[in-house]
Amino acid sequence: MIYYDKVTKVYQDESIALDGVSFGVESKEFVTIVGHSGAGKTTLMKMLTAEDWPSEGAVYLESANVHKMNKGQMNKLRRRIGTVFQDYRLLQNKTIYENIAFAMEAAGRTDSEISADVPHVLELVDISHKIWNFPKELSGGERQRVAIARAIVTQPDIIIADEPTGNLDPTNTYEIIRILRKINELGTTVLLTTHNRGVVDAVGGRVITMEKGKVIRDDKEGKYIL
Amino acid sequence: MIFTNFKRITRTGFVNFWRNGFLSFAAIVVLTISLLTLGGIIFAGAFGRALIVDVKNKVDINVYFTLTAPESDILAIQKELNRLPEVDSTTYISRDQVLTSFKTKWQDNTLIMQGLDEIGDNPFPATVNVKAKDPGQYSSIAQYLQNKNPTMSDGTPLIEKVNYEQNKLVIDRLSQIIPAVEKAGMIIAIIMILVAIIVVFNTIRLIVYTSKDEISVMKLVGASNVYVRGPLVVSGIMYGIISGLITLVLMAAIAYWSDAAILRFAGVEVASDFELVVNVLSKYFTQNFGQIFVIIMGIGVILGGVSSYVAARRYLRV
Repeated sequence: MIYYDKVTKVYQDESIALDGVSFGVESKEFVTIVGHSGAGKTTLMKMLTAEDWPSEGAVYLESANVHKMNKGQMNKLRRRIGTVFQDYRLLQNKTIYENIAFAMEAAGRTDSEISADVPHVLELVDISHKIWNFPKELSGGERQRVAIARAIVTQPDIIIADEPTGNLDPTNTYEIIRILRKINELGTTVLLTTHNRGVVDAVGGRVITMEKGKVIRDDKEGKYIL
Repeated sequence: MIFTNFKRITRTGFVNFWRNGFLSFAAIVVLTISLLTLGGIIFAGAFGRALIVDVKNKVDINVYFTLTAPESDILAIQKELNRLPEVDSTTYISRDQVLTSFKTKWQDNTLIMQGLDEIGDNPFPATVNVKAKDPGQYSSIAQYLQNKNPTMSDGTPLIEKVNYEQNKLVIDRLSQIIPAVEKAGMIIAIIMILVAIIVVFNTIRLIVYTSKDEISVMKLVGASNVYVRGPLVVSGIMYGIISGLITLVLMAAIAYWSDAAILRFAGVEVASDFELVVNVLSKYFTQNFGQIFVIIMGIGVILGGVSSYVAARRYLRV
């Protein structure tokens, strides 16, 4: 489904973020990408959403090179990928309802679909009681659950979760992991990056370990080895 | 779907405008100041034009005829003058009319009235007052009369004198000053308008800059450029509409209060001397309201909308 083909990223200051990274991800897989800060995990995720461009190599989604898409194709690609970030990246001047609704509006959903699905998805991540609040009125764990709700509301094929538990306490961390596992069980491919040993061990499954921009291990049933 | 998108974009633009209260306020203040500058230029232009027209109207030449010149010959010359392309208008004042207006003017001065009685006959010549379309054209009109030098059947000249030479200095100076003032006014207006555009654009660019993270998030959830940029443009247009309305109200206030201020500043005597018609600006504002409304609102909306559109462009490249 996803294939990174010898992807290299060298920034203008000559620093190497990715160094010939190659691996594939099957549909409905749950892949955890592990590495210290600066290992290249976030750059790897940005390549898939075409937020960043490779210096060499290519990233394919179902045999289409994501960096050779036009604007329209790019928008469609991004609607197929739900993204969750460490810093939540919610729209600060929109309510929780509007944050979720915006993703649906961008995907071309009707008003009736939006008014039916938004409360439902907020219930799934257990944040429906804050539906009319603004992001600044929520705790870190609550904000991350809203970010997950936004990522899944359009029923994407893939979820990218880039250090989603980085700012959370242990209780919220395991709650977020539980939600991501549940989403995966329902058939969504999940790419999770973390440097948290507890998260890796709790998730189980395939673990790709990165160091200095390179993939140093790819284990079917991996563990935290760094 | 197009209608739905339009509705959503407009609604989001309105909501953002309201929720970004302080930024919206700042944009409106800057845009209002810029539009007021434009309003000031419009008023200064109107006032300047009124002043120039007034001064131009003050300048004229009089053709004085000999006392024996027959009225039919004078009227024939007036007709010829009217045919000249340089001539805007002519007024014939007969000897009797000159005498009557002289008597009316000096009726309280017994010394002058006695002197007039002693003369017995009407000492005043018939006159044709000539107004040119432009002060620079008086010399050619005077030249025309001098070359023509009309005479009566017995060879006596019809024209006693043309007072061009006495007015020449004033006429020449005005011919130089008026175009220079108009040109300088135009240059100052263009510079001020450019400064206003740059200030507004930079203010709105700063406002859009504060939304750059949100724009990148919107792009990452797959929103199209139109969907991301639309609400920003709607907010920009709202800044323009509200600033335009405030500017029009302020312009109306300035127009109605300025007349008294101008009279106070210039002094009633000077003002009446120059016939600085009271209510120049208020009259101009009332008579040209439609035009002023379209200019102020149009520029406000275009400045707000286009600035937002252009400012958002660089953050859409995600």
